[in-house]
Amino acid sequence: MISLKKMRVRGVQPGDLAQVIEIDAGITGLRKPEYWGEILGRYGSGRRRQRFFLVAEADRRIEGFAIAEVRDWEYGMPPCGWVFAIGVRPDARLEGVGTRLLEAIGEGFRRLGVTKVRTILARDNHLILSFFRSQGMMAAPFIALEKDLE
Amino acid sequence: MRLQKNTLAALCSVLEFAANPGLQLSAAEIAAKYRISPHHLAKVLRSLGRAGLLESVRGVGGGYRFTGNAKRLTLMDVIGLFENISAARRGGRRPARREGAPARPAAAEVEEALAVVLSEIDEIARATFSTITLDTMLKLMARRRR
Repeated sequence: MISLKKMRVRGVQPGDLAQVIEIDAGITGLRKPEYWGEILGRYGSGRRRQRFFLVAEADRRIEGFAIAEVRDWEYGMPPCGWVFAIGVRPDARLEGVGTRLLEAIGEGFRRLGVTKVRTILARDNHLILSFFRSQGMMAAPFIALEKDLE
Repeated sequence: MRLQKNTLAALCSVLEFAANPGLQLSAAEIAAKYRISPHHLAKVLRSLGRAGLLESVRGVGGGYRFTGNAKRLTLMDVIGLFENISAARRGGRRPARREGAPARPAAAEVEEALAVVLSEIDEIARATFSTITLDTMLKLMARRRR
């Protein structure tokens, strides 16, 4: 059981990446070190204030991570915050790690004047969908469409 | 979409139990609160008991007690006990017509295409019901009360 008092949410550091890769691999079954290196460069450099790559740390162990960004006028929408990824160690679930990460992302969005947070997920990803719904998120007024190119 | 009477009665009941964990409630209390026929509700509660969501408490002042986990149990877990929101693809690609075979009736083509659309709606409904836990539903109700 994680002590929420001991847990802190902070910006990612290069030394955290191995644990982030491990958490992601544990969830998705795929190790993607090159991808995560690229994500660290893009979202974790701190050069762009509208990009967030946060980690939740307790007792020097990374328990979870979240990646988000404020995007302007995408799909014709006024600026809003998008959460692209969130992952929590399976043995740390239901301990409030994801909630703390999402709260920190929300604070970052609010500081930038953004009041709407969105995400997009596969319909069959019940685990993460349930998490976002538990945070009060509801279906957005959009429908994602696709087709096979023949 | 509309849910059947049994399903609505079951959802009202499990949400009432989940909102009062540990509390023992009688069928009569729930029936009065949600204006459901006690006879009808008794059958629904027995089904919920058989599914392991409630345990019946016998004797004077008996009733039912919630045994589920509100953070894990989804609306679909309850709805699925009473009705079938089909996940099976009802349409899809039809087999190619053999040369010389009679043309298919126009109505069949419409029905097949409509089945693809209905299947999409079913999948979205299932994904929605499967990802809203009783705990999330109680929070949603609390937010709407404010």
